[in-house]
Amino acid sequence: MSIRVGDAAEAPPFQKAVLTLLGDTQLRQNVRHATDVITQKRAQVVAEQTDWQELRSAASAIKTHVLQYLDQYLSQFEAACTAAGGHVYWATDADEANRIIVDLVQQHGSREVIKVKTMTSDEIGLNRALEDSGIHPHETDLADMIIQLGNDKPSHIVVPALHKNRQQVREIFMQKMGLRELGDNPEDLTAAARQYLREKFLNVKAGISGANFLIAETGGVCVVESEGNGRMCVTLPDTLIVLAGIEKVIPSFRDLEVFLQLLPRSATGERMNPYNTIWTGTQSSEGPQQLHVVLLDNGRTRVLADREGRQTLHCIRCGACLNTCPVYRQTGGHAYGSIYAGPIGAILTPQLFEMKHAQSLPYASSLCGACYEVCPVKINIPEVLIHLRGRVVREQRASASLEGIAMKVMSRIFSSRRRFEAAQRLGKLAQWPFVSNGWITSLPGELGNWTTARDLRPMPKQSFRDWWREREKGKQS
Amino acid sequence: MTEIHSAARAAIFSRIREANSTINAAMRTAGYQNIQREYQQSASMSRETIVRTFAERLHEYDANVYESTPTAVSSIIAQLLAAYGQRSAIVAKDVPREWLPKDLNWKKEAEASIGDFDKAEDAIIVCETAIAHTGTIVLRDSRRLSLLPDRLLCVVRERQIVETVPEAIKRLQPFAADALTFISGPSATADIEMTRIRGVHGPRILDIIIVRD
Amino acid sequence: MRISLFIACYNDTLFPETGKSVVRLLERLGHQVDFPLEQTCCGQMHYNTGYQAEAMPLMRRFVEIFKDAETVCIPSSSCVGMIRDHYAKMAELSGDTQLMEDVEILLPRIYELSELLVKKLGIEDVGAYYPHRVTYHASCHSLRSLHIGDLPLRLLRKVRGIELVELENIDQCCGFGGTFAVKNGDVSTAMLADKLRCIENSSAEVCTAVDNSCLMHILGGLHRQRAGVRTVHLAEILASTDEVSAT
Repeated sequence: MSIRVGDAAEAPPFQKAVLTLLGDTQLRQNVRHATDVITQKRAQVVAEQTDWQELRSAASAIKTHVLQYLDQYLSQFEAACTAAGGHVYWATDADEANRIIVDLVQQHGSREVIKVKTMTSDEIGLNRALEDSGIHPHETDLADMIIQLGNDKPSHIVVPALHKNRQQVREIFMQKMGLRELGDNPEDLTAAARQYLREKFLNVKAGISGANFLIAETGGVCVVESEGNGRMCVTLPDTLIVLAGIEKVIPSFRDLEVFLQLLPRSATGERMNPYNTIWTGTQSSEGPQQLHVVLLDNGRTRVLADREGRQTLHCIRCGACLNTCPVYRQTGGHAYGSIYAGPIGAILTPQLFEMKHAQSLPYASSLCGACYEVCPVKINIPEVLIHLRGRVVREQRASASLEGIAMKVMSRIFSSRRRFEAAQRLGKLAQWPFVSNGWITSLPGELGNWTTARDLRPMPKQSFRDWWREREKGKQS
Repeated sequence: MTEIHSAARAAIFSRIREANSTINAAMRTAGYQNIQREYQQSASMSRETIVRTFAERLHEYDANVYESTPTAVSSIIAQLLAAYGQRSAIVAKDVPREWLPKDLNWKKEAEASIGDFDKAEDAIIVCETAIAHTGTIVLRDSRRLSLLPDRLLCVVRERQIVETVPEAIKRLQPFAADALTFISGPSATADIEMTRIRGVHGPRILDIIIVRD
Repeated sequence: MRISLFIACYNDTLFPETGKSVVRLLERLGHQVDFPLEQTCCGQMHYNTGYQAEAMPLMRRFVEIFKDAETVCIPSSSCVGMIRDHYAKMAELSGDTQLMEDVEILLPRIYELSELLVKKLGIEDVGAYYPHRVTYHASCHSLRSLHIGDLPLRLLRKVRGIELVELENIDQCCGFGGTFAVKNGDVSTAMLADKLRCIENSSAEVCTAVDNSCLMHILGGLHRQRAGVRTVHLAEILASTDEVSAT
């Protein structure tokens, strides 16, 4: 099996990746601005939705239920979609999914495809697989286009190019679209994208999309978007290939009333995004005449098998946890070494991957809890992070790390009052080599990461318990 | 491909079943019917407030809203097209003839080619239902007509407007397997510096005529 | 009321003034304070860093020591968060039904200091006097685990002589996060820089919180920058009167 999450296998650990990013003032400004704007807009539209908590609870209950009966709902979807004229395919991993999609495009005879934003295709590295087979994929979402034309990587699951500002986008467009003149205001840049893609929309005969929701009851697919590129891709080509993770299925059409209220407010801070398309199979009047739905596992069943971690599969990819995360807001998405960045990426990537390549990610959080608070489907991300840290520790247990030894020793110290009090006394003595002018300003080893930017007050002469004992003694005498 | 395909299907299903069997039976929550849905599911505002809210929310997302009596629709359409300097439009099949001003050129949606849709400046459509809470119109059909022309004009009858998303979904349930398009304002993006720009690939202008009952 | 104090290992060792202030404050309000000397640590650092097996004996120890307590006061929001968010699950994982039962009975008797004062004892004006310009930093655990919201501010507003100034981005993490501050020192430092800017903009002389772990982090940065702002735990402000004043 070859489970792949973008290029995460080659990514450096988080701690290392942040170093260059933290030094990139322009990037940090761009990320800060974008996340500030979305979080403010989100806060407004969430505040006016008076039944927000009830919607979150219902969404969480629906997702919990779906996962428990996932086989049944997938069968139901498959049957309904097939009955409506669609074809359903199953892929256990990235390579299988890529092979199915490349085969389908080749059977159709197309050398080009138009694509609407799908994180799942980035996960399996679809564009590379298409290019290797001589098929040119055109990303049509404005941000995805910026990433594709600029040979860049997405840094956010909803606004993948939020790390670029208008001047940087202008540079990319002028170069790659062969334009001599182009203004740098967003209107001009958007108009350039419209002009560039219009001809593709009308002429390319194969389209690829993701899915926000697969409806088991009807066999329908729902795609949520803003620009209209999604509608172009799912409406105009003869052949449409939908790639979706198996966790995207929801029981019934009715459930959309929950998710279509939660997703836009969480993702872009809108009451409703400009366009949602819901369609079922093929229809003679309009829309693609061939519909292929590729359902992807790629590690998802592995996540499902973990009682604590499976709630990760509730995710509807709104990105609210990224925007609110104080870590993401400092670093942007590239530090996470995965197309899934931010808090959700920090729990999703290592689980899909069986941790191998992503052991630093569960630690890329201060556990401040902001992600859980905003999550529209109530994924307790801090809880899953802690759970995954436990897995990292267990996996690393074989190699005795300094940290592991220290933690064991400390656990033994805390397990006995006598040892704890002895350690307090010892600490007071041991700290003196590091104290100057009443402060500790430099510590050795990993603790030195503290003193690079912070001082530390030394331990005072008298601990609280010493004071208490003294006082109790005084009372008695 | 068929063989690999069925092997993959079997593998995925067996993994799902295995994963779910190891999860404590006690974790099995109530069935689908028992999922708690304590969110708002019916209207709480007066009809007048619902219509006003619908118009306000449309405005906020850059749509133009006009109120009309049943008999005045055609004159509003005539004024709008005149303002745009147009004498023609493509018209969806469910738009009543009496709404269309007489001396202009109307092309039927069913007779239009993809090239016609692309070149057309104006499209006139109706919707199945509309949602006040989110400023949304929901269409059955007219997928290309509501996408390719530069301006989209939708006539909404007052009785089609509901307050909340759940009410709309309830009304749409009989058509759940049709192609449904939810439209909330003109096509837009905020991908560059979070600046909201109208009209990326879909219509740049959205005009809504609300016909009071 | 008889109140058992769990001081938290780091307060015991590094911030004894906080403990002394809690004792003075509660006794001044007419309560009897008891400090079981066998107590050490709630296990938070181990648990959150992934050493859950090592946290287990610490949890058992805590429960054993406090299971018969009438009311437990903990002047550290993150320790209360640890206990409330994870102890029940840990006990369940141990399979020890007696432990599960003990945890269930113990949990509702545990209070963070401001919770104890406002919710349990129903008091906002504790008769404190503290003539300084103070800003309040809301710790992440206080906001998003305990949901105590403005309880500390309600107590602070009743302190005589105090000038409370608002802290912008009050709900933002200071970047401490336990071992995060060391494991991801660079990001932690960047987060701290934002927090320090907000504190300086507030023009406060004193920054207070319900958690000395945040304050240790914040003070570490303030002192390195020679900012001249002090950090003081909420208990120390509330314990100050005309006669006994915290520095």
